[in-house]
Amino acid sequence: MANQGNFVVNSPGVLSLIQDNGRYGAFELGLTNGGPVDKTAFQWANRLCGNDLTASTIEVSIGGLTLTAHVESKIAVTGATMPLRINGQVKSLWQSYHVKPGDVIELGFASAGLRSYLAIAGGFNIPAMFGSTATVCREHVGGIHGGQLNAGDILNCQLTNYSTITKHNQLLEEKYWPNYGNEVVLHTIPSYQQRHFSSHQQRLFYSSEYRVSKSCDRMGYRLEGRAIASDISGILSEGICHGAIQIPADGQPIVLLNDRQTIGGYPKIGAVISSDTAQLGQLTTGAKVHFEPISMDKAHNLYQLAASQFARTPLSQCD
Amino acid sequence: MNDFSEKNFSIHIAGENALILYFGESVNVETATRVKLAAQLIRTKMGADIIDIVPSYASIMVMFSIEQYDHHYIRTQLRAVVSKAITTVPSASLNNDNAASVIELPVYYDVEIGPELALIAKHANLTIEQVIDIHQAQEYIVYAIGFAPGFAYLGEVDARIAMPRLSSPRLKVPKGAVAIADRQTAVYPSESPGGWNLIGLCPVDMFNIDVDFEQPLPQLAKQVMPVAVGDIVKFMRITRAEFVDLGGILPNMTENSAGSING
Repeated sequence: MANQGNFVVNSPGVLSLIQDNGRYGAFELGLTNGGPVDKTAFQWANRLCGNDLTASTIEVSIGGLTLTAHVESKIAVTGATMPLRINGQVKSLWQSYHVKPGDVIELGFASAGLRSYLAIAGGFNIPAMFGSTATVCREHVGGIHGGQLNAGDILNCQLTNYSTITKHNQLLEEKYWPNYGNEVVLHTIPSYQQRHFSSHQQRLFYSSEYRVSKSCDRMGYRLEGRAIASDISGILSEGICHGAIQIPADGQPIVLLNDRQTIGGYPKIGAVISSDTAQLGQLTTGAKVHFEPISMDKAHNLYQLAASQFARTPLSQCD
Repeated sequence: MNDFSEKNFSIHIAGENALILYFGESVNVETATRVKLAAQLIRTKMGADIIDIVPSYASIMVMFSIEQYDHHYIRTQLRAVVSKAITTVPSASLNNDNAASVIELPVYYDVEIGPELALIAKHANLTIEQVIDIHQAQEYIVYAIGFAPGFAYLGEVDARIAMPRLSSPRLKVPKGAVAIADRQTAVYPSESPGGWNLIGLCPVDMFNIDVDFEQPLPQLAKQVMPVAVGDIVKFMRITRAEFVDLGGILPNMTENSAGSING
């Protein structure tokens, strides 16, 4: 087709998923949100390509993705520190690059953080399911066939955008890059069944150090550390929001993320704010986690502050 | 008294962009009806202000845009919209089923594809025929949808045929399996692992994604799923031949008997 070009997946790597901003409005069908685990990095990738901030990208977990461009376009990779090569030449992340038909884009394996986002000018042009292209493997919904990318997959994109986008490439200066460490403080709004956790149990929860267990994925991060007890064993299943912290019978907290089930019956002590779940989702097994309580009003202030900082942070032109 | 005065519901914080309304703490028809009506009102009156809602047994989680609103505003709106139900909805409609649609789902009940029929019969000291009669005599309410796309929790199952979950879940429950867990029943919308007791098969697609995704979500939802939270479901017994005529596919059950049975 004249107005369409594409990228072809040579190797999908460990886990590469098409993700847009997420699927909203389909909870009544039992469909969860999906979307980028690290929304901050996702938005930067789109901004570097001059896109709408919700455009479809590839979320690359751990690394190993290789694509060939069959179109003239612009690409940018943000998020976890993964070595990026274009035609074998090492390139910096947090920067956009011009690519031509035949160019090979390779991502190595993450040395800090876990997930990176590869955006292209105009976004990948993939038919939406239930209003979104977000891939949720467990539901077989989204992406190009309801699952992770495979070798040989063809990812369409618009050609028309290229003439209108700036030929100049842009970069985010290093001082603005997030720091993907091995420890995070999760600001938590006490909520849901928090009154069923005694003040003693809550003090223990907010003063203990937890470690990310082996069970950590896009559904949720199961943590290991001091067990927390509540005075109830279960509740009537109810809606679970992003960031909610379930405390099952073994007392080990589970922070629920993008691919969580929409309803559940375990007691919840609170919910982590979205700017912190973005950081949690960059951690791997063994990383340290602390919880710190904050009020809903403070959470809203932090959200608005982060949004305003994002909007005010300038991109620099390069080439 | 059926009203939505503030005594009858409370609003709590769920997370950064979510509040949750509670209408009670037990599973019953009255609470389910309140949830359904409140969910309809929230959708109609606040549609533009909210991102999505999750109605469940006795609660509604409301997700809103934190870019546009703070939780105080959403809370005030919710209180006004849900309290107004007392004046806009005649209390009689809370008591009868005017508001609920009845959906009939055909079921082929047989030990061939319902390996726990005999177990339930033995447990209840009934014949298999009696277990089937009791299961299809009841009208069920859709209390919640979740666990997997299209999975509807229906209740309540007659206490005589209530049955705890298998001690070890099956790795593969076939698509369309009709099952019981405690006093709930459900139709598995697709093949998945599961620990419920299998008693039959339903040929109706509970989650059909062979649809036109260009339509707006509300119309789309009706084509994707035959039921919604608050609807009434009745099961109708059909024969093996009718099951096949309706497009049902008989699974190979020997593959699916991985689970061990409790007691």
